[in-house]
Amino acid sequence: MEIDPFIFRLSIFILSIFIGYFVVWSVTPSLHTPLMSVTNAISSVIIVGAIIAALAGEAGNIFDTANIFGFLAIILAAVNIFGGFLVTQRMLAMYKKKKKDKK
Amino acid sequence: MISANLLAVFYLISGVLFILALRGLSSPETSRQGNLFGIIGMAIAIGVTIVSVGNFSTGFLYLLILLLIGGSIGTFIAFKIPMTAMPELVAGFHSLVGLAAVFVAISAFLNPEVFNLGSQGNIKIASLIEMSLGAAIGAITFTGSVIAFLKLRGIMSGSPITFKGQHYLNLILGIAVIVFIFYLCKTQSDSLFWRIIEISLLLGILLIIPIGGADMPVVISMLNSYSGWAAAGIGFTLENTALIITGALVGSSGAILSYIMCKGMNRSFFNVILGGWGATDQSSSSKSKEQKPVKSGNAEDAAFLMKNASSVIIVPGYGMAVAQAQHALREMVDTLKKNGVKVSYAIHPVAGRMPGHMNVLLAEANVPYDEVFELEEINNDFASCDVAYVIGANDVTNPVAKTDPQSPIYGMPILDVEKAKSVLFVKRSLSPGYAGIDNDLFYRDNTLMLFADAKKMTEEIIKSL
Repeated sequence: MEIDPFIFRLSIFILSIFIGYFVVWSVTPSLHTPLMSVTNAISSVIIVGAIIAALAGEAGNIFDTANIFGFLAIILAAVNIFGGFLVTQRMLAMYKKKKKDKK
Repeated sequence: MISANLLAVFYLISGVLFILALRGLSSPETSRQGNLFGIIGMAIAIGVTIVSVGNFSTGFLYLLILLLIGGSIGTFIAFKIPMTAMPELVAGFHSLVGLAAVFVAISAFLNPEVFNLGSQGNIKIASLIEMSLGAAIGAITFTGSVIAFLKLRGIMSGSPITFKGQHYLNLILGIAVIVFIFYLCKTQSDSLFWRIIEISLLLGILLIIPIGGADMPVVISMLNSYSGWAAAGIGFTLENTALIITGALVGSSGAILSYIMCKGMNRSFFNVILGGWGATDQSSSSKSKEQKPVKSGNAEDAAFLMKNASSVIIVPGYGMAVAQAQHALREMVDTLKKNGVKVSYAIHPVAGRMPGHMNVLLAEANVPYDEVFELEEINNDFASCDVAYVIGANDVTNPVAKTDPQSPIYGMPILDVEKAKSVLFVKRSLSPGYAGIDNDLFYRDNTLMLFADAKKMTEEIIKSL
């Protein structure tokens, strides 16, 4: 008997939920806003689906409805990727420690 | 071209890098490095996908142009957005992820050969379930986030919109989506797929409109979670590990944040989702209490009190964000520190409109993060502090939560502001806060009300110091 590859993906999924659970609980509450913006940015990895949808398919037939939805998704995801990571970067750059006592 | 196995390894690597990106956020020092890991992970995922598709003709050119357009829009927004607008920005971004998930699902449905899902009209059952779930959750995330965005932006009123039978309607729509997915698997009918998306779009709107302004932290976290589950659904369809890992991470992250926010209000998740707080309990609160005596003061009184204090705790809330008072506040604190006053900040978990909202604003105003404390860390210090300066917060300081079992906020953890020797309460009027209940603190002997805009009052105090 062979195991359906779906089961492997399901295992990855379930284990990742647990990883997410433990990793996110260790995030300090003061960084919860950057946490949201960075999770938002990484969930835009959905762009890989969009790229396949847009580019695959017979050459020359790139403006099929299916491809166009792919292209639209690429724009949306690109806004999110750049916007999400950069705004996170900008926020994180603001978190500073108290300056050490001047001597 | 690149072999499927190698491709899968690269996707795994970017999944791991995303985990490290979240891991970095456990402290501000490691967070910047974490963000870099996230960016590298994303670059790997996009890079290998382009190589694997191996289409470097016209399509590739369009891809680059679109990446450039989307990227510039995103970059522009990221640098232009004021920190106070962060909640609506995040809501807006969630809507984009949701819509992208819907688009990818539609594309996969229309052209399943590309993703090896079978052929049109004969898509594998498992893939159909996965893609319609992904599309449905994506659609809910999309419209829900748009509503949240409009509410946060003030384009739509923040007050809950409720009508009779709302929850039953939502329930019916939810069941309809599941039934339609079931029949979609049986019939492979196009029109059912579109109906599923339409109903889900409607459901997203209906789910968010009954939720009021101050419950937004829960809503945003919840939508964050949904966008993750939508991505995971698409990840299963496309058999893509990076997408599955990321979806699971984001989904659980959002769920945990929702849980933390609900706990911060001592309410169950369903209680928040099922609608307005202020809307239901208004009647009990409007019992005429208005005649109680209130001590009010001006900036000089406040300055005098704080200058002579040895320790001051600042309690910021949403009002500070609205008035953009964080910079003035920091200046005031600097002046106090020069006078030898010890100052710290106390932040309630649900202060503001999203998790960590206050922390970001204070960080923007250059407040060092080691002067900012969470509720549990600082609550005992109120008893020994001389002045508590409440700026733009209200319900989270209301002692009624500890004393009156009848009160809608009973049991909610609050900052023990009333234990401070004196309380300075900056507020525009005596009106009740979001929960629609009177704050006992206003009438205490040790409370001095400062009726003014948070920023103006703080600036005046600086002048008087």
